[in-house]
Amino acid sequence: MTVSSLQAPAPPHPLSDLLPKEVGVRQAADGHTELTVDRRQLLEVLRTLKESPATSCNLLLDVCAVDYPEREARFDVVYHLTGLQSGQRFRVKVPVPEDDPVLPTAYGIWKAADWFEREAYDMMGIRFDGHPNLRRILTHEAFQGHPLRKDYDPSQRWMLTEAETMVPTWAKDATEDEDQFETQVLNLGPQHPATHGTLRTVVRLEGEVITKAECEIGYLHRCFEKMSETHGWNQVIPYTDRLNYCSSHINGAGFALAVERMLGVEAPPRAQAIHVILSELSRIMDHAVCLGALLVDVGALTNFWYFFQTREEIYGLIEKCSGGRLTLSYARIGGLAHDVPADFEERVRYLLGHIPKFIDDVETLITTNKIFRDRTEGVGAISAEEAIAWGWTGPCLRASGVPYDVRKANPYHGYDQYTFEVPVATTGDCYARYLVRIEEMRQSLRIVEQALKSLPPGPVITDNHRVALPPKQKVFTEMEALIWHFKLIYEGIKVPAGDAYACVEGANGELGYYIVADGGGRPYRVKVRPPCFAIFQAFPHMLEGHLVADFIAIQSSLNIIAGELDR
Amino acid sequence: MNNVPTVNVDRPDQTLGERIYLVSIVKGLAVTLRHFLRNLFGQRDIATIQYPEVKRQYSERLRGKHILTTKDDGSLRCVACYMCETACPADCIHIVAEEDPEATVEWEKKAAVYEIDLLRCVFCGYCVDACPKEAIIMSREHEMAFTSREEAVVGIEELRQKGPIESEDLGYRPYY
Repeated sequence: MTVSSLQAPAPPHPLSDLLPKEVGVRQAADGHTELTVDRRQLLEVLRTLKESPATSCNLLLDVCAVDYPEREARFDVVYHLTGLQSGQRFRVKVPVPEDDPVLPTAYGIWKAADWFEREAYDMMGIRFDGHPNLRRILTHEAFQGHPLRKDYDPSQRWMLTEAETMVPTWAKDATEDEDQFETQVLNLGPQHPATHGTLRTVVRLEGEVITKAECEIGYLHRCFEKMSETHGWNQVIPYTDRLNYCSSHINGAGFALAVERMLGVEAPPRAQAIHVILSELSRIMDHAVCLGALLVDVGALTNFWYFFQTREEIYGLIEKCSGGRLTLSYARIGGLAHDVPADFEERVRYLLGHIPKFIDDVETLITTNKIFRDRTEGVGAISAEEAIAWGWTGPCLRASGVPYDVRKANPYHGYDQYTFEVPVATTGDCYARYLVRIEEMRQSLRIVEQALKSLPPGPVITDNHRVALPPKQKVFTEMEALIWHFKLIYEGIKVPAGDAYACVEGANGELGYYIVADGGGRPYRVKVRPPCFAIFQAFPHMLEGHLVADFIAIQSSLNIIAGELDR
Repeated sequence: MNNVPTVNVDRPDQTLGERIYLVSIVKGLAVTLRHFLRNLFGQRDIATIQYPEVKRQYSERLRGKHILTTKDDGSLRCVACYMCETACPADCIHIVAEEDPEATVEWEKKAAVYEIDLLRCVFCGYCVDACPKEAIIMSREHEMAFTSREEAVVGIEELRQKGPIESEDLGYRPYY
């Protein structure tokens, strides 16, 4: 028997029957089926992936572009898709040349492409043919160039002093004549007491009813993705704290997870359990902020104090673990910066007994309260189909009846060991989102309790000296440890060339990191898939037909976090 | 997704009692009254403190203003190896090295300039983790105010350990 006869030809992938034969299909190491598609066939392939029963990718998670200046076709536009029923994940790559960077828009297939394509246009200069509103989204209108291109110098500074100029075309038409004296255009935000982040919404009012709306974001854009490309892998973690600043630990843990998957290392069991405990406590904090603010906005102030009491106590614990309250920088690639303090278990146990009391108090005050129910029931309702089309994930999607939760669909950090249920509601309105978040806080407490019970002893960071800094005592005393220490700081972690997408369940939904490495000590490209972004692109469309007062309730119930919206 | 254990949180339509609303008012008042009385007479259950008269006691891991530690003879432990400058995600540390004239070995370096821009600093503690000499640690000092940007760039004299290390308000130090 010859060697060559042992290498049986790979069985044809079942997808090859569905797709044009020019499409390259490959199974990527991160669990995605990767398709490389010519742009002329893009829409056909995307539509097949969505409509074929074998794949049924109903959720478009992310669209982004990667720049390879040396390549003939300079850009890759990357689509991440998943089928909620099948659980399959797909990555579609389309090479795009520099001299004609045009792709057909996927907006007609998934509405979720709306803002993601605008972002790819803004950051990389890819134009999407047929897009209804292809304007810059994160940078200022007067901005020149495309900042995420590799030839854009990150150290240059721009002073754009022009005041806000974005006026939607439909807003210019609205004139106050005698027949339509009640039509007016109103600016809500960016500096509005009820827009908890910096979000500007222009609405056209017919009396008190919103007939048209458009959002403008980007006021808090701080070039997270560009800065990641100019710093080492571990140095990105303090930046991630500022994405969703209400639940910072989840972001850092998610980024570390993505890089760990590429490196092929795993955080020790103790670190994973601590990640779970702190992530779930962070989720409780995030929901507490969201609901506390929602209730203040609809006129129930007391609950804000009850929720912030618990939040303050969790912050106390987090500060004791990491040394920081809001921006904790506690995760590291391969584990955690250091072990939790000696009284960690005792303090978590105290919180486990303490937090439910406050949730109960809020529930007594609010859940059966006629004013709150009248104010939120039927307001901002969105159907499951619409929510999926817009790329929603997280509590807002679950409030529409879709039990999609990354912790169940793609378990990480050992979430499959814990018993918990995914709360769902069916009405998809503000009240349902409130109920889902309340129940999620209780489920998070269940997870924390189990994780604490089975908290294993042992190290909190991998002993792989190519990934984690050696223990300080060894650095002070041993030559070899000192050398590794120097190499890691100066050269950084060498992540093998390739790409991977990893996601965690953030407080607002699926928080994904798409990471491209070139083998060096710095990321080649980091793309965050922020859950807020997908949710808020639907927001102006949800407003139509609602009273202007409902604007506040809807926005608060969606939980605006400008840090991850604008990055 | 089909076999995910779910719990439905939908609530039935408002009952008569809810619609009348009086019951909800009484229940709600009972909750707020309980909190009021407990805080007035019993064990105070409030996380709020009367800052700045009362200050919160932070843990010994708090990442505050940096301290440059010194050797027994009062000179800086820093050997100007640029590790903290390299590890800093905010690029806020600026070091200029020079040859140490009092060194016992040849080519021993020391920092001629060691500046931290406290307005750029994000207090992540990476410099502390990076230092191979435990020459930079952090204190718990976190109340810093400046009247100009230049004033926020602090040098060796401002950062240097003031007395014996035990007398400093020590915060984040290398733990592992």
